[in-house]
Amino acid sequence: MSAKVDEQAAQRDDVDEIELALLLEGVYRRYGFDFREYAPASLRRRVWRRVQAEGLATISALQDKLLHDPACMERLLLDLSINVTAMFRDPAFYVAFRQKVVPLLRTYPFTRIWVAGCSTGEEVYSLAILLHEAGVHDRTRIYATDINESVLSHARTGVFPLDKMREYTQNYIRAGGERAFSEYYLAKYDGAQFQRSLVDNVVFAQHNLVSDRSFNEFNVIICRNVMIYFDRTLQNRVHRLFYESLVTFGVLALGAKESIRFSPFEDRYEDLDADERLYKKVD
Amino acid sequence: MPYELICVGASWGGLDAASRLLADLPGEVDVPIVIAQHRHSTSTPHGLAELLHLRVKRPVHDAEDKMAIERGRVYVAPPDYHLLVERGSFALSVDERVMYARPSIDVLFETASLAYGAGVIGVILTGANEDGAAGLAAVKDRGGVAIVQAPHEAVRRTMPDAAIAATAADAVLPVEEIGGFLYGLCLESI
Repeated sequence: MSAKVDEQAAQRDDVDEIELALLLEGVYRRYGFDFREYAPASLRRRVWRRVQAEGLATISALQDKLLHDPACMERLLLDLSINVTAMFRDPAFYVAFRQKVVPLLRTYPFTRIWVAGCSTGEEVYSLAILLHEAGVHDRTRIYATDINESVLSHARTGVFPLDKMREYTQNYIRAGGERAFSEYYLAKYDGAQFQRSLVDNVVFAQHNLVSDRSFNEFNVIICRNVMIYFDRTLQNRVHRLFYESLVTFGVLALGAKESIRFSPFEDRYEDLDADERLYKKVD
Repeated sequence: MPYELICVGASWGGLDAASRLLADLPGEVDVPIVIAQHRHSTSTPHGLAELLHLRVKRPVHDAEDKMAIERGRVYVAPPDYHLLVERGSFALSVDERVMYARPSIDVLFETASLAYGAGVIGVILTGANEDGAAGLAAVKDRGGVAIVQAPHEAVRRTMPDAAIAATAADAVLPVEEIGGFLYGLCLESI
């Protein structure tokens, strides 16, 4: 009895895997978005969430709907590209950035920072606040990119939920913030509106890490908790893109549980802060 | 068939239960063990792995993205990430909380059962919510083994109760007997 149940489950999983591969192929050929090298476990969960949200029963049914209904594709794209984030997530990272990266930035008359996969912009505003307090804001340009135009529109507005401000304030303080966090936003009926001047020097632009090339040379590239959604092959390709886009002695910042160890570019960087995953390009 | 992964889910009161279980497990059981323990998102990043390391003889690691799963080791889900299992390695996500939890025990158990099918042993320990019930059912559904800490002796019994309600557990045991039970399972399967 139990062996039969296992067999049915295994068959269902196999079919599921075929359906997922077909859907990704279809999305790529119909819309040009390539998710075929995304990490399978999280991708499968996100796709299934969309299947259920659309009231469907199988991935194949979602494929059918997606191919004929661009609005459904837009919804899936949101599911696949929104990275849930927070202002000053991992406060220790911002402390390390202040202590170890800002002094490097001060040695240049002008610097460019790329926030790759910026999602709805929480990290960009956090970074802008940090640069402002460090006195280097006006000689820095931030390029904030994401695959998804609608999260970029959100990021441009600079409005974040009011009920998050308590958490963000605590993060800000632990990140070494020097002022009252509330100086940076106005509480309005639809959320906390952050000061426009923070993003005067930010260019928000659509960029696809999977398929687009480099578009400038950068002093710092920040890409945190974005590549965890990619498989090894795609990660290595993106590491090449970053490596080629950084100036010598430029800094690569990854998420708390990501590493360039085991990537082909491991030897091209040295640790600037190993705990906070800040790496300096040396070769 | 030898077992390939032991998954442990714990919440309120889980640290003591998990370290007891690990301490009881003889060194010759080298099946990799992965633990999802609910904790505050701002808790010290390496705190749990370090604490366990003090109490357990085997090496304990904070799981990282794409880290290889190796025999003889214990892995801990990092705070504020979901830990997912692929065949041979871990993956992380920062997707929304599932049942208010990140790491989610359900996400760990479900992806483990997809990757390793009947090669998974799932263990649900003490906890004050229902995370892990669906995950344990997924493990059982694919032919894996479902073990639950006896609710009456758990610090919080909600999580074991929910797991027992969700699937036909292979064993419901006091925590001090779980290590020995795992030992027996792994000996049989070799």
